[in-house]
Amino acid sequence: MSEENRWSQALKEILSGSFTRTVLSIILGFLVGAAFMIASNKEFIESLGYILSRPGDALGAAVSVVSEGYGALFRGAIFNAEAETFERAIRPMTETLRLGAPLILAGLGLGLTFRVGMFNIGGTGQLITGMIFATFVATRLELPFVLHVLVAIIAAVIGSTMLGALVGYLKARTGAHEVILTIMFNYIMLYFFTFLLRDPMLLGEERATGNPKADPAAETALLPRLLGDEYALHYGILIALIAVVVYWWLMERSTIGFRLRMVGYNPDAARTAGVSVERTYILAMGLSAAFVGLAAANQALGVSIGVTPSAHANIGFDAITVALLGGSNAPGILLAGLLFGAFKAGAPSMQVLGVSPEVLGIVQGAIVLFIAAPPLIRALFRLPPGQTTNALGAIRDRLLRRGGAK
Amino acid sequence: MKLELRGITKRFGTLVANDSINLVVEPGQIHALLGENGAGKSTLMNVLYGLYQADAGEVLLDGVKQSFSGPGDAMAAGIGMVHQHFMLIPVFTVAENVALGHEPTGILGSLDLEAARKRVIEISEKFGFNVDPDALVEDLPVGVQQRVEIIKALSRDARVLVLDEPTAVLTPQETDELMLIMKQLAKSGTSIVFITHKLREVKEVADIITVIRLGKVVGDAKPDASTSELASMMVGREVELTVDKKAVAAGDVVLKVENISVLDDRFQRAVDGISFEVHAGEILAFAGVQGNGQTELAEALVGLRSTLTGFGKITLKGQDITDRSVRRRLDAGIAYIPEDRKTDGLVSEFSIAENLMINASYKSRFTSGPNINFSSRRDIANQLVKEFDVRTPSADTPAGKLSGGNQQKVVVARELSRNVDLLIASQPTRGVDVGSIEFIHERIVAERDAGKAVILISTELDEVLSLADRIAVMYRGKIVGIVGPTTSREQLGKMMAGVSA
Amino acid sequence: MTITELAKEERVGFKSPAVMGFVGAVVMLFFGILGREGEVAFEISRRNDVIQVPAIPVDSSTLGIFSGVLMLAIAGYSLSRSLKNLRTPIWLSSIYGLIGVIALLGWLAAGAAVPIAFIAGTALVLAVPIMLGAMGGIMCERVGVTNIAIEAQLLTGAFMAAVVSSITDNFLFGLFSAMIGAALVSMVLAVFAIKYLAQQIIVGVVLNVLMIGITNFLYQQWLTEDGENVNFPGTMDIIRIPFLSDIPIIGPVLFENRITVFLALIIVPTLYFVLFKSKLGLRARAVGEHPLAADTVGINVGRTRFWWVTIGGMSAGLGGAALTIGNAGAFGREMSGGFGFIALAVVILGRWHPISAALAALLFGFSIILRVWANQVSPGIPTDFITMVPYIVTIIAVVGFVGQSRPPKALAVPYTKG
Repeated sequence: MSEENRWSQALKEILSGSFTRTVLSIILGFLVGAAFMIASNKEFIESLGYILSRPGDALGAAVSVVSEGYGALFRGAIFNAEAETFERAIRPMTETLRLGAPLILAGLGLGLTFRVGMFNIGGTGQLITGMIFATFVATRLELPFVLHVLVAIIAAVIGSTMLGALVGYLKARTGAHEVILTIMFNYIMLYFFTFLLRDPMLLGEERATGNPKADPAAETALLPRLLGDEYALHYGILIALIAVVVYWWLMERSTIGFRLRMVGYNPDAARTAGVSVERTYILAMGLSAAFVGLAAANQALGVSIGVTPSAHANIGFDAITVALLGGSNAPGILLAGLLFGAFKAGAPSMQVLGVSPEVLGIVQGAIVLFIAAPPLIRALFRLPPGQTTNALGAIRDRLLRRGGAK
Repeated sequence: MKLELRGITKRFGTLVANDSINLVVEPGQIHALLGENGAGKSTLMNVLYGLYQADAGEVLLDGVKQSFSGPGDAMAAGIGMVHQHFMLIPVFTVAENVALGHEPTGILGSLDLEAARKRVIEISEKFGFNVDPDALVEDLPVGVQQRVEIIKALSRDARVLVLDEPTAVLTPQETDELMLIMKQLAKSGTSIVFITHKLREVKEVADIITVIRLGKVVGDAKPDASTSELASMMVGREVELTVDKKAVAAGDVVLKVENISVLDDRFQRAVDGISFEVHAGEILAFAGVQGNGQTELAEALVGLRSTLTGFGKITLKGQDITDRSVRRRLDAGIAYIPEDRKTDGLVSEFSIAENLMINASYKSRFTSGPNINFSSRRDIANQLVKEFDVRTPSADTPAGKLSGGNQQKVVVARELSRNVDLLIASQPTRGVDVGSIEFIHERIVAERDAGKAVILISTELDEVLSLADRIAVMYRGKIVGIVGPTTSREQLGKMMAGVSA
Repeated sequence: MTITELAKEERVGFKSPAVMGFVGAVVMLFFGILGREGEVAFEISRRNDVIQVPAIPVDSSTLGIFSGVLMLAIAGYSLSRSLKNLRTPIWLSSIYGLIGVIALLGWLAAGAAVPIAFIAGTALVLAVPIMLGAMGGIMCERVGVTNIAIEAQLLTGAFMAAVVSSITDNFLFGLFSAMIGAALVSMVLAVFAIKYLAQQIIVGVVLNVLMIGITNFLYQQWLTEDGENVNFPGTMDIIRIPFLSDIPIIGPVLFENRITVFLALIIVPTLYFVLFKSKLGLRARAVGEHPLAADTVGINVGRTRFWWVTIGGMSAGLGGAALTIGNAGAFGREMSGGFGFIALAVVILGRWHPISAALAALLFGFSIILRVWANQVSPGIPTDFITMVPYIVTIIAVVGFVGQSRPPKALAVPYTKG
């Protein structure tokens, strides 16, 4: 291959690769959201009445609503240039980190099952189980600071893992599909949690108000603030970052991850190679739920007010979109979690401007829908089909001066 | 009906599966299409049947040009096909399967199953098929399922019937019955295209033979041509299927199997009280028609399938391994080349290097502590790729991108590079090109010469005869007899039909 | 008998009598011996019915003991059948379940009345969206396409029905647009699954996220501001079928309803007929079991899947309409509230069979109304557990504790040629 060919081949590979597709999907997602904002904007609709005489009005209205909407998102989620002090200006960024942490954690969990060829739709149920355990430790036990937090986190992880492993066991033992099992457990755990929170003898508030709610977690059990009291950001994001590294090691470097991936690609070959597929299913569901359990700890120990049945905040489902957008790999999930965390952080400032932040739900859904069908994106943008040569790898190897297998 | 194919070309990516093939099938003739696995026979028939679209060429029926956009068109034109893998819905009855696609209907589009049943009985009686229209297909034996396929085609008034490797799954007796049916159909005016790679069947039943190799027509032959002539046309040179090997120097017993029984997926007893021994330095080959328990036997030896509890015992070098898991058996010294490399032997998304470590991911030369030892893996992979002549751009290429022969070499490389006492090779050369077959055969003999015990399971009699030191013939889950390597084909054929030696 | 024959033969086992015995003992103990004081009146007629049947008063704990004894007796009979390697007949299990339900009602309503017609009628109305969603699910899954997006389809149907009915002031337009809206969601699923070979479960989950996002956005941006004009459809009129609606219990439950309920009662048997007795159904099932085989006899797999999935979406859309113009009278945020997932469970619980699935939907409908009603008649009882029951039953069913269910073989497998 000539030098020139090699580079054009590499370019083709980049274009056909998942990175390009992901970026295009995100752009398309924002465009879909913009379309909804424009179409529901009053000025725009009014200007449509005289669009032929003054088309500029419609265009102006469209541009202004989109720029206002996404501008507010930027100010609310990343950097607020209008703020009086620098501390306030960067607060949005810390909110994104805070709200992104549980998404990253749960996204890692769900990504892990995707890699093993399973679908854990039960993030919600596992999250709730973790919260039950964490809330018990945080409100019913008295322990010194640090130890209390650690015990609560471990309890959350144990709780979630048990439910996850149970699903894995039922699948391995009976062949029942994990999708239906996890969905059912979502509801069962939600009702069970509600029941526990209603009764002061169990997890409910001491001064019961009739609404299911827990006591606030003990001060000693709260995740400490990371940047002082000025910011709500707590150690949850640090846990998330550590979890990302652990996940990367587990999936890419360790022999356990090798077997998880093997079972995901071809369970028959794995069985023939002496890997117990059944045990791997249980392990995968357990590990997956363990990451979700960390998200549960984040939810239960991150706020100083008592948890309610809705404290799962739909993270179980949002995490599916995180894992999909992130391609189930560690850095991808980190970035995807931060993006959707930013959506959550930016919502209030959009609300203030009168743009319904619900539009971000549309953007989120649209992005992942495009991600789900690589051929669609390729067809839309006329990208080259998947490339089979290793030109990109060769160039990368050369740049990094690695020997590489030849 | 006269069928004519002119210049049919079909490509899959860079692979040319059919290269301007011409074929004329006269009415009432049995026309055999002979070729090795992977020669392009099935692709050609799928083009004829409208499942694939040809890149070039045309199909003519009675001199009229046809264009099929799908199997429906082909069927309407009078072409019927019995696929290698049956196209039957297991949970439907025979009548429902036969009716599917051209259902007799009553009011409001309701199914007239009674009419469908009558049609089945009618055809079944005409040819003496003896098929119950109300039986669920999944409950029927393979031979009967094939007859249902033929009824399906005939009920649509097929005048050209294509049979794709129909005898692969049949016992010799069922094969004989099928031959009779074919002759009977031809007599009634149906043209038959009989696809196979088995020479003896061709010679018995065909009126004319067309040989295909590497996607091209090599030439036509008469059924009275000699076997060696046909074989050399098939593989493109004088076939010397015997492998040079030293005299057997059998040593101690490595594997001892006593009275084991194994159930298949449908809970039928596929292996029925088998006992045998394999010694170090010998190749024990299991011959037999496919589906007589060989697959289940191999899987039971590796631990993928459990033996019936309370019955039998498997001993490897004195250790009882009857109840051990697959992993512990592999660790105890068994290497296994599975019958179906695509589903059981390889992870096609994994690179060659990764595939080389799939059964060594616990503590091995590929690992260091809980981590994969990447540098060691790369070195081993590069060395094995070279040693086993795997044609690939690099050891990082996904296994799924390799050709069948090279994929099989990866599996062979993985298994033979392990330090074991027993090699179980199940259909090690199925769907592999001739060059790779020779290579793999040589490697297997080398293992034997190195003092390992080898179990070879093969439905190809040629392979068995050229490699085996002893031959065990299986029939209906039992060993009919264990005989020497010089036993005649006729004798082995009889044994494969269940006649004791 | 050889080992082969032994293995072939299915053994009945002792799971049914064990479960029956356990539940019977629980009923006996908690509803009977440790039961609650007070009379229960089982009201068969409603106050304004033409034919009046007097209410039947019984003592709550006596009823509990009586039911418990009956249930244990049935369990004993089931055990005797198991010993003879015979199955417990379905009708007997049904009677067993019915007795259990009566005992539960009697326990809950100690000192009050049980309005049978009201409970049964509301259970049916609540079950209709689930039922129609499940019919949509069955239509998708029978041709081999997993539909996790029933939730999205219900939500779309509910939204469209409310908005279009409000704007046009015509419920028929509302029903139609609900069906079309949900069919569009189905088409996206179908195209992604059939043409782009996307992971069907993923597409389904993502469609849920997307439709929740879209309806939430439109609700917030549009319906809350202009609610009177675009989200105030009210509910459709209740139709009474003459004579039939006068039959005690059955009349008001079945024959005095809104059109959405009647449609559900028509769609369920129709789907059964089409699926199992017609040419279209035979082809659809063939596509779901073995698409290649269907292709080889000239059935267009892609087209079959596309239309069945689309029409399935229409059924689910109708279910969505039943939520708004068939019950609540207006659209609310995420008002499908998990009904789509329940419908999915119902598909499996009903083993991909329309009639069984409809019955399973009724079980869920019943558990919902039971929770609401139990909170009224005897506050303080943890009703969360009642709500949990159908979900637990579903799990028990899918893990094969009571018989193995077999999904269509090609479910969730994209079909590609060559």
